[in-house]
Amino acid sequence: MRLLQFWANHRDEVAALLLQHATLVLISTTAAVIAGVPLGILATRRPRIGRWMLGVVNVAQTIPSLALLGFLLPLPLVGGLGSRTALTTLWIYALLPILRTTVSGIQQVDRAVVEAGVAMGMTNRQLLWLVELPLAVPSIMGGIRIATVIGIATATIAAAIGAGGLGEYIFRGLSMADSTTILAGAIPAAALALAADAVLGWTGRRLASARLSMTLTLKAAGVAVVALAILSGVTYARSGSDAVVVGSKNFTEQVILGELLAQRLEAEGLRVDRRLNLGGTFICDRALRSGDLDVYVEYTGTAVTAVFHQSVPHDPRVAYDRTRELYAAHGVTVGRPLGFNNTFAILVRGEDARRLGLRTIDDLRRVMDRWTPGFGHEFLQRDDGYPGLAKVYGLQFGSAPRGMDLSLIYRALADGTVDVIAGDATSALIDALNLTALDDNRRYFPPYDAVPVARTASMLRQPAIGRALAALAGAVSEGEMRRLNAAVDVDKRDVRDVVREFLARAR
Amino acid sequence: MVVRFEDVGFDRGGERMILAGLNLAVDSGEIVAIVGRSGVGKTTLLKLVNRLLLPTSGAVLVDGRDTRDWDGIRLRRHIGYVFQEIGLFPHMTVEDNVAVVPRLEHWPADRIRSRVSELLSLVGLGTGDFGARRPHELSGGQRQRVGLARALAADPRMLLMDEPFGALDPVTRVEIRREFKRIHAQLRMTVILVTHDIAEAFALADRVGVIADGTLITLGAPAAVRTADDPRVRALVDTVPVLSPTMVP
Repeated sequence: MRLLQFWANHRDEVAALLLQHATLVLISTTAAVIAGVPLGILATRRPRIGRWMLGVVNVAQTIPSLALLGFLLPLPLVGGLGSRTALTTLWIYALLPILRTTVSGIQQVDRAVVEAGVAMGMTNRQLLWLVELPLAVPSIMGGIRIATVIGIATATIAAAIGAGGLGEYIFRGLSMADSTTILAGAIPAAALALAADAVLGWTGRRLASARLSMTLTLKAAGVAVVALAILSGVTYARSGSDAVVVGSKNFTEQVILGELLAQRLEAEGLRVDRRLNLGGTFICDRALRSGDLDVYVEYTGTAVTAVFHQSVPHDPRVAYDRTRELYAAHGVTVGRPLGFNNTFAILVRGEDARRLGLRTIDDLRRVMDRWTPGFGHEFLQRDDGYPGLAKVYGLQFGSAPRGMDLSLIYRALADGTVDVIAGDATSALIDALNLTALDDNRRYFPPYDAVPVARTASMLRQPAIGRALAALAGAVSEGEMRRLNAAVDVDKRDVRDVVREFLARAR
Repeated sequence: MVVRFEDVGFDRGGERMILAGLNLAVDSGEIVAIVGRSGVGKTTLLKLVNRLLLPTSGAVLVDGRDTRDWDGIRLRRHIGYVFQEIGLFPHMTVEDNVAVVPRLEHWPADRIRSRVSELLSLVGLGTGDFGARRPHELSGGQRQRVGLARALAADPRMLLMDEPFGALDPVTRVEIRREFKRIHAQLRMTVILVTHDIAEAFALADRVGVIADGTLITLGAPAAVRTADDPRVRALVDTVPVLSPTMVP
């Protein structure tokens, strides 16, 4: 019911995303046919090149799609934030089935039939066009079918790099842990795959029974290619490049911060291109450094460890300075901290904190004999997780810590399954479930101060970017960030409205 | 078309010679059958004629010209090829199968049409809707007739036949042999036929040769071969139990 409601409310958006999705797959699969069939033919003519080629394509197929997107992002021509990288990725995935089925389709033509053609005085080219290709058509059509269905499934990740498609809903839903939104994207994608499969199956059967004129087929293919080139040109003509491109990673807090940057930049009179919900730190960083993004919000701890692979100083000021230095070497300017630290928080139930007078992590020692802690699996294992925490604070709980999934851990604390957890300092659930964060008085956890990171070149070109970032310095406290997260995650409110109200209040 | 094998040797680079010092002259319009056990190089011998293979030593002359000097494609368009597996194009109708070589030779459409119907009646498929059918809708005998019509389509002056009727049931085989003799009497093309079945050779050929150890060990009229002394020839001849009168022309 909620799903139908969602579709009804977002009718135009669903249609646009569906069209975008189908266009991505149509263009990439057609391009894969245009490249894959001739390459497949070449592979049957030159078996050594063929083996080599299939090897390369096989390897490419095993690269996870998100990683492939990350590798392609910084490349010229095929890369960049948006549809080109998505098209290239989909093209690579579509290539294998088409190449494979072309090769096997030609190879499994009856040897006697080929021999007859040769003995009748067919040239190599005539043999290919009159005998081998027509007989390989059912096999190739099968490959196109597989490639299309895989393409429709894979195209959902296009949203991770801002190329749109039904993946937008899936990523949005995942970041909000909202199954209705996920299904709103997943169901049309599945329906599209089934429909495409049925249509291609029907076309394949028609082709097999029809008397095939190769010249006619070629002409039809030519017309299709020209039409497609025009279509893709129209669809992907790049809009003006003076807009500031704002990015964000794919979880609620990041989307809010991206929108915050965007609205602040617009307030400075700049045009903004929003590329929110990008698939993670890796993709945001690649996009920033390749010039596809102008600005997004990073966390100092994440920047030093995940981006630059160094260990984080525990002093927030030192960590901030280190972050600035590291980025400066790559043409990226780090703005002043936004004002909150999204670090780990040791959380207890609010009533326990009040009743037992718990304020700092040190205070836990008074109750640890009777308490059971619960931690995420990674936190439990990593040296800089629970083992280090226990050593620094001298903690030894009455029962062994329970490992549990991060999404369940807050509720487990609230319902009394465990008594203390390690959570996220800005989680909306802290307020919603009436939890209390204990002070890390020995500074065990590294700082994850939120800072805007922007391309220095863009800031020089448009000084207004610097003004917008300066205006946000210290503007968002931890409590404020928790309330913003709660407004979106718990109250299910629109990100734009939440941010607009926040900025109006702050003024 | 006349063919001469002059001291032809052929091997695939290995130790074993497939053909060694083979000599053979085939006159225009005659049917020569070459008989031998499996693997003695019968198919190789045919492929040397239409230049699918070139001899390692010696020379094969077609119309007095070394096959090395012939353009393979041009040569093959003038030589029909019939083989046991037939190799009809499964995606084409019977008519289109027969029309392949005339189309490759750019014959005008109406000439192709009349040629195809002429050939289909020649091989006994002139009535009914055979022309519009696909190969998988035909019986084995009908397929072999289409294969023959296709090989004859562009008026070849020579036919190469590799175990042409081997896969047919005995009744159909006898029937199609008789038809073939009639067609040959009408068209008078040169025929080289290879088979392991000496009965087939006796039934069809003007002269019969026996191939063994890479060379022809005998060559002559069927009656002469039938009474030859060579034990290798006898071994083949003795496989024919009774000669039915229908098999002897």
